[in-house]
Amino acid sequence: MQKFPAYYTIWHKLGVYALKYTAWLVLFFLIVPIVVIIPLSFNAEPYFTFTRGMVTLDPAAYSTRWYDAVVTNPNWMLAIKNSFIIGFFATIVATVLGTLAAVGLSSQYMPYKRVIMALMLSPMIVPSIIVAAGMFFFFTKFGLAGSFVGLVIAHAALGVPFVIITVTATLSGFDRSLYHAGLSMGASPLKTFFDVVMPLIRPGVISGAMFAFVTSFDEVVVVLFLAGPGQRTIPRQMFSGLREQINPTILAVATLLILVSVAFLITLEFLRRRSERLRGLEDHG
Amino acid sequence: MNDTPTIAPVALERGTSDVLTKAEIRLAHREVRRHKMVAFALVVPLLLFLFFSFVAPIATMLHRGFYSPVVAQLIPNTLQSLATWDGQGQPDDAVLTNMAIDLKRLAADRTSGKLAAEINRNKPGASSVVKSSARKLRRTDDADLAQNGATLLLAANKAWADPLMWRAVQKSGDTYTDGFYLTALDLERTFEGELQIREATQIYIKLYTKTLRMALIITLMCLILGYPLAYYLANAPSKTANLLMIFVLLPFWTSLLVRTTAWIALLQTNGVVNSFLTGVGITSEPLDMLYTEFSTIIAMTHILLPFMILPLYSVMKGIDPTLMRAAMSMGARPIPAFIKIYLPNTMPGLSAGALLVFIISVGYYITPALVGGTDGQMISNIIAFHMQQSNNWGLAAALGSMLLILILTLYWVYDHLVGTDNIKLG
Amino acid sequence: MKTTTMIAGAALGALLASTAMAEELTVVSFGGAYGAAQKKHMIDPYTAKTGTKILFEDYSGGIAEIKAQVEAGNIQWDVVDIEVIDLERACSEGLLEVIPASVLAPGADGTPGAQDFIPAAIANECGVGNIVWTIIYAYNEKTIGSVKPNSIGDFFNTKKIVGKRAMRKRPQVNLEWALIADGVPVAKVYEVLATEAGQARAFAKLDTIKDDIVWFDSWSQVPQLLNDGGAVMGQSANGRIFDAIKKDGKPFKMVWDAHVYDLDVWAVVKGSKKKDLAYDFISFAAGTKPLAGMPDVAYGPTRKSSMVLVDPSVIPDLPTSHLDEGLKADGIFWADYGESLGEKFNEWMLK
Repeated sequence: MQKFPAYYTIWHKLGVYALKYTAWLVLFFLIVPIVVIIPLSFNAEPYFTFTRGMVTLDPAAYSTRWYDAVVTNPNWMLAIKNSFIIGFFATIVATVLGTLAAVGLSSQYMPYKRVIMALMLSPMIVPSIIVAAGMFFFFTKFGLAGSFVGLVIAHAALGVPFVIITVTATLSGFDRSLYHAGLSMGASPLKTFFDVVMPLIRPGVISGAMFAFVTSFDEVVVVLFLAGPGQRTIPRQMFSGLREQINPTILAVATLLILVSVAFLITLEFLRRRSERLRGLEDHG
Repeated sequence: MNDTPTIAPVALERGTSDVLTKAEIRLAHREVRRHKMVAFALVVPLLLFLFFSFVAPIATMLHRGFYSPVVAQLIPNTLQSLATWDGQGQPDDAVLTNMAIDLKRLAADRTSGKLAAEINRNKPGASSVVKSSARKLRRTDDADLAQNGATLLLAANKAWADPLMWRAVQKSGDTYTDGFYLTALDLERTFEGELQIREATQIYIKLYTKTLRMALIITLMCLILGYPLAYYLANAPSKTANLLMIFVLLPFWTSLLVRTTAWIALLQTNGVVNSFLTGVGITSEPLDMLYTEFSTIIAMTHILLPFMILPLYSVMKGIDPTLMRAAMSMGARPIPAFIKIYLPNTMPGLSAGALLVFIISVGYYITPALVGGTDGQMISNIIAFHMQQSNNWGLAAALGSMLLILILTLYWVYDHLVGTDNIKLG
Repeated sequence: MKTTTMIAGAALGALLASTAMAEELTVVSFGGAYGAAQKKHMIDPYTAKTGTKILFEDYSGGIAEIKAQVEAGNIQWDVVDIEVIDLERACSEGLLEVIPASVLAPGADGTPGAQDFIPAAIANECGVGNIVWTIIYAYNEKTIGSVKPNSIGDFFNTKKIVGKRAMRKRPQVNLEWALIADGVPVAKVYEVLATEAGQARAFAKLDTIKDDIVWFDSWSQVPQLLNDGGAVMGQSANGRIFDAIKKDGKPFKMVWDAHVYDLDVWAVVKGSKKKDLAYDFISFAAGTKPLAGMPDVAYGPTRKSSMVLVDPSVIPDLPTSHLDEGLKADGIFWADYGESLGEKFNEWMLK
């Protein structure tokens, strides 16, 4: 039982309970659709729903056949491989360019800061259909449509805003005089950057890189417009599967992806705590 | 951090009481310039990269909405001879002959379909006229064609006597056109050059309105669901809040295709929700929930809800919890106290979350494409349709440009209200 | 740092390896049970024989994707399995390569290719015959209720048969059926559909069932819709229903009234960089033995020499045994009217 201040009326107490249950209902709404997928992916039947056997916990109603279907299907395996390759290179490009730019943008001397910042964050805001259509028109001219290079470039552009945001955030707690001290002691900007700045912003860079990777890993619209059959990725494979032939293989892949997100979430939380320790900040709560 | 780089660090170190010599001021300015250069040099690689990978593609798309060179390339002779036509009655035989010769060549090159598609955009139904004529003319003799081209063309299809057909040909011949943008606005230009509402069909304005309405509903849903949860989390003990935050962050980090898949599994005719409803006996027949506007709205609310909760939560965290308590201990009633004191304090988070959700949902493609059926489609879906299905790239570009303008306006509002440097992740 | 370098090296290696793999042939067809039969009788044997890897993709028909690739100069597909109802249009719009006569391999019995194929299978210069198939509609005996449909009229009669009808999201076949259901004689369908009034009549008929239609893109969706109750009856390629009945024992029933039969052919996308490889594949896939495997899913082979190899028990299920009940899809009509009717259809959908 909760303790209430003496001046609370009965209505007020009810209000507190109503709030609590509303909040729990919303949490339920947020999490249940994701949790439901996991048992469904072990369905022995080719349906998207709980069979009678599943409800009564009959072991025969469960199977790993859809996981086997993923592993033995060359299209899914190719998609998984491609997703990692494209994600990896897009992340590197976005992280390197984004980190450099974020350091520049954090400088108090940076001209036209507001405009440039707005431009660099805009890939996050502009609808992906517009980006995809534009890239389709433009990249075709250079033979980049239907190529890995084209997709890496496209996904790197989409990942850049996240790197900028996270790195800028770590830099905002960073004492600039260190950097200037390094510079004024005659060290080259590059050396100063790697020796002084980099260790401090590393958590921000890593979490930015993770965001960039997830952005690429989850991106489907640009892939739909730009990729050829040889460049199919996991989301694309899921998209066409959901459009054409719905079977629980997709649920098996979805479950695997949920595990990936859990891993990311844990890593990010770990990084956040470390970053706070490094910057000597107290838990902001 | 300070945006105004007028005072150099050198000057600061000297303190304010000293007077600088000219040489020192010069040195200071040079120092500032050097810092500016270094900062800018760091940004340049990304600027160049984004220019190639992002700005130029979008610019190409905008250009596509005006540029339509196909017809001018396919039938230059016909267009040239048609230039002197007054727009009334059947054009001269010379024009018809040129068209007949052009059509024969196009049929042999297998490009008559391209011409047909372009003209069809200005005169629905014209495509079959062009294509069937081209097919018939393909077998004619060259000499005969040069002699009796006009007669042969009219024999192939009598629609070539119709001035409206020729007006459509003439209009399609413009290399630069505002036609796509006008169509995107449900307008058209009469032969006399006046704007009027498109006669054939008006769908795009309706679709934009519908998209905005759906985005508004989604934003409101996110607000209604997100506000109490954010409030609860912000005022819960730190441990509980951190634990429950996982329920918000896990969906946020989960692939949107996974979440869309989940909604398909839940909402389909034989899905989890329907089995539950019929099993418990609430309904006897399964409800049609998937492939409707309802399923689009609910799935998108689920997907975008974290974007509302996170900024609200971080703002509410910063509000002193004693504020409300103090107000109420002094006898203020909860609801007025909430409206007068608490709500205004959460406005920064509220506007940030609401704008972000609204901006993202206006341009959403994937979820409506997968769960929207025919009545849950939004403007992005029709753009994709014209890109991939009808291959009307000019119209897709025009619709896309209008969407872009809408989004950039909202982004500008966001920048001024919230500030892009205040975007936080997680 | 060392591990990072190693990961980078491995990924780079993988990237190079996958670019090298671009030397594969991309073959596109309709997926589902049909795709599985093609994989078994055409794709896998070809790979086994020649070592050429094949990327076997699904699409849901139509010419839009081919057109986008050709017009953008971004060719992703090499070989396409295309419906003849779309073939004429695709060929006359320059989206397909003209196939050299040498691609027609002689039959297993030695008959020269040109004589072994049924004439309709090689009538168009851009395609080489594959199968004879048809579009029927089918219902689920479990969900249909007591009154069973047996004509196209019933498909359009929402009072007699209550429930959702699944239809493919394109004008082809739907407009033909609408006219037949509205009383137009089968022989006159295309003549009527060529007129403004006839088109209006077809759309008006479709209007009467618009609220009861579930639209689908891909043929693979139909057995699923019938199975999970998403629709009580649905338009389908006959093979999909046949497969669901035979292999999965589904309680589906086909209605042959006014089925619209057509051919599927192999074609090569214009500008394919692997044209010769593509021809080689087609020559193999349209051979006697691979084609003789298609009756697995109740599609008729387009080679006379293949018919000999067909299990006599499936012959009554082949479209060729029901030609007198059906309508031949008119590729030339759709070449001329595909564009404008497609546009009208989409506007009608959005209304």
